[in-house]
Amino acid sequence: MTYQSAIPTRPDTLEQPASQFDSLAQQHQADTLGMWVFLASEILFFGGMFMAYTVYRTAFPAAFEAASGHLNLGLGGINTAILLTSSLTMTLADDAVVARNRRATAIWLALTALLGTIFLAIKGIEWREEFREQLAPLFGRPFVFPEPHTDQARLFFSFYFALTGLHALHLLIGVVLVLVMLIFTLRDAPHLDAKVIIAGLYWHLVDLIWVFVFPLLYLAARHG
Amino acid sequence: MTTVPITLPKNYLNQDYTLWSWLTTIDHKRIAWLYLVSITFFFFLGGAAATVMRLELATAPGDVVESETYNRLFSLHGIAMVWFFLVPSIPATLGNFLLPLMIGARDMAFPRLNLLSWYLYAIAGVFALTMVIAGGVDTGWTFYTPYSSLFANGQVVLAVVGIIVAGFSSILTGLNFIVTVHKMRAPGLTWMRLPLFVWAQYATAIIMVLATPVLAITLLMIALERILGIGIFDPKMGGDPVLFQHLFWFYSHPAVYIMILPGMGVVSEIITCFARKHIFGYDGMAFALLAIALIGFLVWGHHMFVAGQSVYASVVFSLLSFIVAVPSGIKVFNWAATLYKGSVSFETPMLYALGFVGLFTIGGLTGVTVASTAVDVHVHDTYFVIAHFHYIMVGGMVMAYFGGLHFWWPKMTGRMYPDVWGRIAAITIFIGFNLTFFPQFILGYLGMPRRYHTYPDEFELLNALSSAGASILAAGYLLPLAYLLYSLRWGPMAGPNPWDARGLEWTTPSPPPEHNFDRIPIVTQKPYAYDVPKRDSDPA
Amino acid sequence: MPGTDTQESIALLPRASTLAERVDAQFFTLLWVDALMVVVLFGLIIGFAVYYRRGTLRNRVSNAPQTRVEITWSTALLLIFLSIFAWSAHLYVEASSPPKNALEIHGIGKQWMWKFEHRGGQREINELHVPLGVPVKVILATQDVIHSFFVPAFRMKQDVVPGRLRVAWFTPSRVGRYHLFCAEYCGLDHSRMRGHVVVMERNDYEAWLAGFTGTESLAAQGEKLFSQYGCIGCHGPGSKVLAPGLGGIFGKSVPLAGGSIAVVDENYLRDSILAPEQQVVAGYQPIMPSFAGRIDEADLMRLIAYIKSLSAPQGAP
Repeated sequence: MTYQSAIPTRPDTLEQPASQFDSLAQQHQADTLGMWVFLASEILFFGGMFMAYTVYRTAFPAAFEAASGHLNLGLGGINTAILLTSSLTMTLADDAVVARNRRATAIWLALTALLGTIFLAIKGIEWREEFREQLAPLFGRPFVFPEPHTDQARLFFSFYFALTGLHALHLLIGVVLVLVMLIFTLRDAPHLDAKVIIAGLYWHLVDLIWVFVFPLLYLAARHG
Repeated sequence: MTTVPITLPKNYLNQDYTLWSWLTTIDHKRIAWLYLVSITFFFFLGGAAATVMRLELATAPGDVVESETYNRLFSLHGIAMVWFFLVPSIPATLGNFLLPLMIGARDMAFPRLNLLSWYLYAIAGVFALTMVIAGGVDTGWTFYTPYSSLFANGQVVLAVVGIIVAGFSSILTGLNFIVTVHKMRAPGLTWMRLPLFVWAQYATAIIMVLATPVLAITLLMIALERILGIGIFDPKMGGDPVLFQHLFWFYSHPAVYIMILPGMGVVSEIITCFARKHIFGYDGMAFALLAIALIGFLVWGHHMFVAGQSVYASVVFSLLSFIVAVPSGIKVFNWAATLYKGSVSFETPMLYALGFVGLFTIGGLTGVTVASTAVDVHVHDTYFVIAHFHYIMVGGMVMAYFGGLHFWWPKMTGRMYPDVWGRIAAITIFIGFNLTFFPQFILGYLGMPRRYHTYPDEFELLNALSSAGASILAAGYLLPLAYLLYSLRWGPMAGPNPWDARGLEWTTPSPPPEHNFDRIPIVTQKPYAYDVPKRDSDPA
Repeated sequence: MPGTDTQESIALLPRASTLAERVDAQFFTLLWVDALMVVVLFGLIIGFAVYYRRGTLRNRVSNAPQTRVEITWSTALLLIFLSIFAWSAHLYVEASSPPKNALEIHGIGKQWMWKFEHRGGQREINELHVPLGVPVKVILATQDVIHSFFVPAFRMKQDVVPGRLRVAWFTPSRVGRYHLFCAEYCGLDHSRMRGHVVVMERNDYEAWLAGFTGTESLAAQGEKLFSQYGCIGCHGPGSKVLAPGLGGIFGKSVPLAGGSIAVVDENYLRDSILAPEQQVVAGYQPIMPSFAGRIDEADLMRLIAYIKSLSAPQGAP
């Protein structure tokens, strides 16, 4: 891909590896491997909760399907589309930084952060809706759900808030990370390509986790 | 004795003496010291709790402290010892100090992350101490639901948050180790030339990275249950308390291997050095470490033979537990075989290493006993289990930790400690340990349940014996504190390689310079080449 | 009292159930295997360390065939471990389910005591009287946290988890009075949640049971609760509401809505009372309200005893 009026990033020759490394290549490989190891750890982190959710989903299929029906599938679907698009813009940012194009990098990063923020805003709207409908069993608030599934539905919504909350926290960290990358890009920081690509890895993982969260929670009622 | 002022060449210790330089250091060797000081604090905190417990248990009635206090003491003992001492012990101190030195690197791959790990540990420690000052918890270190989530009235949230933060600290340490071993090895240092200590740290790091997050999420669910009132483990909402046990042990069983694999690494280094022998079966030893780490992920259900899991699940978990014991057995045999035709000497580190092999063997064999389903139904949750895991964790890991500390102390400080006192301490600890914990095997078989503040009279004799042993053990642990501190100022200079050991860390001056190596070494052979020159010159 | 010979010496834990003999046989065999391995290994280590100590003149040229030696002892270990596993798993599986004709006693653990109720309604706290030579099935529930029913002399232990009924069973083989412990940490007075199991000759046991006056059998108490909680309105004979009848169902398989089959056991009955919507019998509407939170463990145990009595053969108590 070529960009018009590209502002190039600083050339590699100006960059030195950190003192513990022998070469830039070694440093970049270490950084990338480090992020992958971290992502493996993250997968196990969410995996524990997916596991617990699946146990109860299997134990109480009827209640979980009924409770899942109370989620806003429309907003959830829109959010899924937004997050998938953000992964595309992040990939384009990766692409641009590899092509040493600072302007394009900055634009795609800004778009990515924007999409992430919109996702969080929509998530907030959904949560407010659920609070209004008294579907949030948090802080000792009343939980209203028709019999006979009240107790198990409370369990479902416990998982719903725990999972979407943890995911939103991760996404928030992701947005901040992407904004930091944006600042780095504008300042033409050293090792820019490695930094952006590693931030991208994290972003894709948070996206990927949503790809599991969405069907587990929203589509439980609609599996036919 | 007069101290002759010697001007040491610049090294990592005398670069800068300010507190600020220590708190902002990104040198792996200094971070190791930050950990060493902090885990020593928690070791003695957990030890103090154990001392009061043994004092209480010396007699059958509850006459020293109230039940409430006793329950908080054993919870504190477990939490402090497991998460704030044993898990970080060898990896965060010796591992941090030695890993880059052993692989010929100037530092870890991520020095700043390394410092962050320590700060996370320190923050977690502050949470733990706040928890203690605010009254403690009485859940035990296992936090079983629904007691911990709905019934306990202690500072469960503080404790749980502290442990989660400590968990992130060990995840980051593990991440750093994995990347460092993969990417920072010196030229020629292939995987099959790595010292077993490095293999052990690597296997441990895999467990840290993959198991700890599951603990974090599980404890997080308990915290959320208590703060927000959601009911993931609440049976009244259809929640399942046994699910907590599955998730908890999915971490905590592999965590047992976090608490023993590094010790196996240390002991392999020490035994080869003091037997002047190549390790017997290097490949087997390395693969055994990895095998233990990986199979260790599949045995968690052996903690739940009487918790009501399916009989067939129990049988499968039992089978896997027997299988994971095989690589441990291989290691013990190989250490014994390493001594064969060696030239064995018995300095302090070697005494600890031999003690490790003996006590770990007993701990491992009784582990096979508790892996046997039918027998475990009887001894589960009794002092038999307590004795078993103390043989692994104290008899194994703590012995190895002390052995390693004595072995590399001259490297870390540049000075020698009085070896006579070292040997006296090692023997005292060995005797005290056995007197403390061997009677507990018998108590467990006779049926004394764990976590008992008072107990029937007929258990009194054995308990008194155990408590008497504990006082010897406590004295044994205080000795090194005294003479190691003494050696910091008055110990004789050690020189770069006082044990005439192989390994790259011994090619640097003691203490090593800030960036470890002036020239990155090139490795041309397997580790432990103790017998190589001998074979050439002295065929008889 | 008959059979008051308590735990004698600390060196010997009495073997007071049929299981105890078999568990001990395994335990002590393992102990001997362990001891043998310890002797061999320690012998090797100490022997090598002393014989090859530094300064001695020994032949130190080693040409041990490493791989072959390693494979030999790994295989040997694996075989030893696998045979122990098989032996132990065999006993565990065999001992996992009680015989059909076992004497049933209900037990409830709560912070910090054990309560038991015999079929005839005889109640005791922290004491459990059982007859010699008869398989006894203790159906356990807990009112609060996890407890564990542990009788060392029987070599038997069973955790009791809230939300489920658990069965502990044993056949007492020796008259006497033995410790009963709670083995799972349950809070403040965990260490005081202990009592005794008293094994009596069968005649003595019958006499002991008969010594209670004014008791009403569990099933009879359950029958009263059956109408008190209004169960009878739908499940009683001649009810207009379409609800499954409860006569003769215990131990049978029932088809559930959704196609699966459930066996009616104590836990099924318990779940059906507390969470009826989870297991609806095929052909019925899910209209039964949940009784969760409105009925405690003690009443549940009586109701279950009553429903079971509806399936007892004619003439049985």
